[in-house]
Amino acid sequence: MRALLDHRWAPVAAIAVILLLLPLIFPSTYYYRIAALVFIFALASLGVNLLMGFAGQVSLGHAGFLGIGAYAVAIGATHLGAPCWLGILGGASLSGLIAFIVGRPILALKGQYLAVATLGFGLLVAIVLTNEAAWTGGPDGMLVPHLVLFGFPLRGPQAWYWIGGITFVIGTVLALNLIDSPTGRALQAIHDSEVASRMLGIDVARHKLAIFVISAIYASVAGSYLALLNELVTPDVSGFLRSIELVAMVVLGGMGSVVGSLVGATLLVVLPQMLTILHDYEQMVLGIVVMGFMIFLRHGIVQGIAAAFGRMRT
Amino acid sequence: MAEFLQFAFSGLTVGAVYALVALGFTLIYNASGVVNFAQGEFVMLGGMSTVFLALAGVPLPLAALIAVIVAVAIGLALHRFAIEPARGASAVTLIMITIGASIFLRGAAQIVFDKRFHSLPPLLGADPIHFGGAAILPQSLVVLAGAAIVVALLWGVIDRTMLGKAVIATAANRLAARLVGINTRRIVDFSFAVSAAIGAVAGILVTPITLTSYDVGTLLALKGFAGAMLGGIGSAFGAVVGGLVLGLLEAFSAGYISSNYKDAVAFLVILAVLFIMPQGLLGRAQVERV
Amino acid sequence: MRSLEVERLSIAFGGVRAVSDVSLTVSSGIVFSIIGPNGAGKTTLLNLISGVYAPQDGLVRLGSEDVTGLAPHLLARRGLSRTFQNLQLFLRMTVLENVMVGRHRHERTGILSDLLHLPSVSRQNRQTREAARSALARVGLAANAERPAGSLAFGDLRRLEIARALASEPKVLLLDEPAAGCNPVETEELDGIIRSIVKDGVTVVLVEHDMRLVMNVSDRIHVLANGKTLAEGTAAEVRSNSAVVEAYLGVHGSEEAARAFG
Repeated sequence: MRALLDHRWAPVAAIAVILLLLPLIFPSTYYYRIAALVFIFALASLGVNLLMGFAGQVSLGHAGFLGIGAYAVAIGATHLGAPCWLGILGGASLSGLIAFIVGRPILALKGQYLAVATLGFGLLVAIVLTNEAAWTGGPDGMLVPHLVLFGFPLRGPQAWYWIGGITFVIGTVLALNLIDSPTGRALQAIHDSEVASRMLGIDVARHKLAIFVISAIYASVAGSYLALLNELVTPDVSGFLRSIELVAMVVLGGMGSVVGSLVGATLLVVLPQMLTILHDYEQMVLGIVVMGFMIFLRHGIVQGIAAAFGRMRT
Repeated sequence: MAEFLQFAFSGLTVGAVYALVALGFTLIYNASGVVNFAQGEFVMLGGMSTVFLALAGVPLPLAALIAVIVAVAIGLALHRFAIEPARGASAVTLIMITIGASIFLRGAAQIVFDKRFHSLPPLLGADPIHFGGAAILPQSLVVLAGAAIVVALLWGVIDRTMLGKAVIATAANRLAARLVGINTRRIVDFSFAVSAAIGAVAGILVTPITLTSYDVGTLLALKGFAGAMLGGIGSAFGAVVGGLVLGLLEAFSAGYISSNYKDAVAFLVILAVLFIMPQGLLGRAQVERV
Repeated sequence: MRSLEVERLSIAFGGVRAVSDVSLTVSSGIVFSIIGPNGAGKTTLLNLISGVYAPQDGLVRLGSEDVTGLAPHLLARRGLSRTFQNLQLFLRMTVLENVMVGRHRHERTGILSDLLHLPSVSRQNRQTREAARSALARVGLAANAERPAGSLAFGDLRRLEIARALASEPKVLLLDEPAAGCNPVETEELDGIIRSIVKDGVTVVLVEHDMRLVMNVSDRIHVLANGKTLAEGTAAEVRSNSAVVEAYLGVHGSEEAARAFG
């Protein structure tokens, strides 16, 4: 049984099972929407997790890529006449490109300087999205048409539950593939000792850049899905609070735990929805959660449970 | 020329606030190595608390005093309940904690106060002074004077008192300071308390000009940090210079280039400093020892 | 055949001349030791050779190629490897995984194929795992393969670092104070490990304080003091060199030593 749990495919199977069975217990489409949001944010936080949990970097501005993906779809459809699926691909490519250009200098920084630089990046994206109203609709945002694939309209919570869920499963498979590979080992090595990694022939700068680009693409796709689910985008999709939420999801679920990304996303999406009376207190709660976890439970929830069941690495 | 003076004055005014935030950053960073992202919230608390206390009928000077005390209390609480328990954690963890704190304070301010913009009556009246063709608000002079007094007072304490020496010692080498009998915990308390006070004072002084609301803290923290970095992380004098320069850069770029991207100037400054001269204008280059 | 050559290497930090005008030549397949009192610049010299610092003056040659100032990962790809005085292990990974990272420069899959976990990646993983296991076996740590590296005893950690360096199949291996903190039994094992490494044709450059180990295992010894070369020769030559004795023991001590040797 332990061997089964330890196997690389166990988390993927678990998530796939959850994906398939969950709709059976949904009383209404509202729940589809919540679950869709969970999968979308889990995808984004998985990207951040790869960057922070495995490679040991930090990004406090990752929502910037969410925004790029979201607005790529919106602007592509509205101003460039591009079909939405092209907007998704375009957004991912643009995010990857921007991550490549910006990442080179930024990833040479360490610790708190890297943190602040990424923070600055995220806020810059938000400012641009807010100011270039002619393209982006300004602070009020813009409407997004729905996705049409091979002539079939894909709109609404149910469609995005499946699209988001399947994409997340794919994203998980890719992430697990990466971890159990030379590149994955190199990234984990970089996390623990850059000096030693270099001495073993690892091109540290190149690896950091690669994982930064990959994580940017994850976030971008998630952002595009978000835009298409809501059929609306506003600049605060790339805001500071969003970036912190993504990091909080990673920390809650457990840095370096793939399943943890899902757990963290679930907590931070579902709880505010369930506690709608606490809506006004949302920021306070987020603040306390971030503080509490960073002080006491730095390794997240999944690690805590795993420790209780013996070593389990997913 | 008139335009130039106009921008220069508004730049210096806003720069004075950035300078005080940057100074607060530097104090805490020097004493504890923590980059305190909640620094901007002290400014917000100073302004908002004063406003609401005044609205509740408290005379303005008393309201201001209480606001500063509240900020100081929160600063101390931040140190004791959020930073201290995590001592020894990585720099990134500590920054995250202060970010969490700033979000928490913002959220709390939203509820305790409200989400609207508020102002305070200016100290010397609202009639602009005309100088060289520019119209300068008297409150600008109050802000500049206030900042100068705060900096001078702080310098006096740091340079001329035993407490000040203890702060310098703690900043230089925490362990060594403890070994000579300095209670470093109290010193860090002190740095948090003073930073909070400085921030609150800045908030109170500048509210008549820029107004205040529950969420002004975030941007202020970033700009204060930019100012501290520009001047050279760890240098108190650099923080003041950096803050003022940032304010001027912002005002001139808003005036001559585009006012939409005013806020972006700070981030561009941060990135420029990080890549071109990491030690800032007045700091010392740091050698990494392997 | 010269496997490593250093010519007039110099670096200063602030006003301190950490390494000043040092030259040495290491023939292939020997154990070449660098010794000297504390602060002599031994680790700095290793850092210069391994690309951690860029020299301000002088040359480093690996084989016949001028590699001065090359970044560490480029040197590693040319067959240079090293261990660290303060241990730079990947403590969160398992013992086996640590050594697997050592195989990095021999691994042939790219990021894209890794993402897709193509069959070539599975094959690569298997090859890497096998090579890593045999490197572990050479230092006697095979039984600990699945344990987290952070749980090993200190002496085992040093051997793990050597296994990891060996896994990269270096031509030249720099060992930075491998016996530091080891008890006599562990140091004895180290002696055996070093000899077996050299037998495989690897050139070993050893920086060490443990004189017994150095005298027993070295083919040539280079003595540094205050960043400068003091002497070089065989173990016997260096041991009886009065300047060396003086640098380590001081004038009074060297007189004592002279009297002790009779």
